Amino acid sequence: MVKSKRKPLNEIMGSIQAYSRIFNIGCGGCASVCLAGGQREVNALNSEITAELKSQGLHKQIDGYTIERQCNNQFFQGLDEIVQKYDCLLSMACGAGVQFLAERFPTKPVFPALNTISIGIDRDIGLYEERCRACGECVLGYTGGICPVTRCAKSLFNGPCGGTNKGKCEISSEIPCAWQEIYVRLKDQNRLNDIRKIRPVMLWQNQVQRMTVQESYRQRYAQS
Amino acid sequence: MKSESKLEKILTQGIFAFTGELGPPRGSNVETIREKAAYLKGNVDMVNITDNQTAVVRMSSWAASIIVLQQGIEPNYQMVCRDRNRLAMQSDILGVYAHGISNILCLSGDHQQFGDHPNAKGVFDIDSIQLISMVKQMRDEGKFLSGDEIDTPPKLFIGAAANPFADPFEWRIQRLAKKIEAGADFIQTQCVYNMNKMREWIKIANEEGLTEKVYILAGVTPMKSLGMAKYMQSKVPGMDVPDEIIKRIEGVERKKQAEEGIKVACEQIEEFKQMKGVAGVHLMAIEWEHKVPELAERAKVLPRPQV
Repeated sequence: MVKSKRKPLNEIMGSIQAYSRIFNIGCGGCASVCLAGGQREVNALNSEITAELKSQGLHKQIDGYTIERQCNNQFFQGLDEIVQKYDCLLSMACGAGVQFLAERFPTKPVFPALNTISIGIDRDIGLYEERCRACGECVLGYTGGICPVTRCAKSLFNGPCGGTNKGKCEISSEIPCAWQEIYVRLKDQNRLNDIRKIRPVMLWQNQVQRMTVQESYRQRYAQS
Repeated sequence: MKSESKLEKILTQGIFAFTGELGPPRGSNVETIREKAAYLKGNVDMVNITDNQTAVVRMSSWAASIIVLQQGIEPNYQMVCRDRNRLAMQSDILGVYAHGISNILCLSGDHQQFGDHPNAKGVFDIDSIQLISMVKQMRDEGKFLSGDEIDTPPKLFIGAAANPFADPFEWRIQRLAKKIEAGADFIQTQCVYNMNKMREWIKIANEEGLTEKVYILAGVTPMKSLGMAKYMQSKVPGMDVPDEIIKRIEGVERKKQAEEGIKVACEQIEEFKQMKGVAGVHLMAIEWEHKVPELAERAKVLPRPQV
């Protein structure tokens, strides 16, 4: 899922500085799952903001509410009226959610409270590892289920480079070399032929905004 | 001949090649390039011009290559995949050939995190093997990566790097084979210190018939001091410096460490001259260009052939 992390408090304080009635909207989807922007984090951030304002001798109205997801319009429905009572919105969703919220309420300034980090997996509670860059052309089939685009620092398609150091990446002795892992896994599966062939250049698809239309809905969205 | 490269002529005539290296300045100082070039001229067959090595901004390698060419020295234009996408790469390739440059070395490039702009966006649009095959396509088919025709294709002699010492060792030969298949004409290896491993790597390359398809130039970098040897051993990714090299440099008094480093390098060069499958030596005397005349003399590779 999408992994995100809260912005530093001073950055959030800076974005709401000019407003006195602030509505902080959480997201019950990925942001909640990765403990960055669910109901609990909305409450925690609001408490922090209130305490900070108090220490500065300021007063603002700050309320919070968490909707099921901010990446689907139907979940905004209940907000239409209440949002009008505020002069700015904070979103604790990923970048997609923030944008969709801003699209729904185009007259309201919307500020992100999170930085969107990655598509990743849960290594443990509160510990997430990036695994996918959404390149749009999955190559995991020939790389033993290890993504060279995400996990190789140089996104090599014909690795490993000459910088591998005792199985680690040249950028850090803490980071495993993705291509070393690809090699070991394919060797164990007796599939080294998969990487013996030269992989031609990637036809990058993620250089323009992409629209996804599922095949079964093609008819429905076809331009007449 | 695939190109007008002097290196190609030397290698095809079976002459043991001896190439050097020059790092462009951190500024627009042409004089420093000319000074370094003067030490290299006549002592090596070709000079590699590095491309923002260690991801630190320097004068562009194509510009420095032209300056070196104007000094009457054959440059080997290095190109890394870190800083350019496929458009910029192809246009630079056309540009250097238009200026009379005949050699290119295709590299992945050190990651930007090492350098002076660690938060730069790394391009890595294509990788080094794909770059080799792109240059070959441009040269041999006269076509861009897109398939469009090139008016006057760039006839470059195509080089690639190989690191016999990086993991996984068994895969390094396969990777060499992939680079040859992609179109590499010559290989310059990582600096060799572990001669045992180098012998083993070359032996396998011979057995696999790879040394018949490509010219391998063994990388040699003399140690200037014990500090450098220790740094190379512990800090440089993909570098394999055995303890016996450290002990040898350590075993002489401080003032004689550089001399010992030169001795080690000369012994290596002597062995490479005899080593089946090695077609030459690439001398990387990093910020030690003024020592190249002495090194070439003592390595008994002079005079360099006029071809």
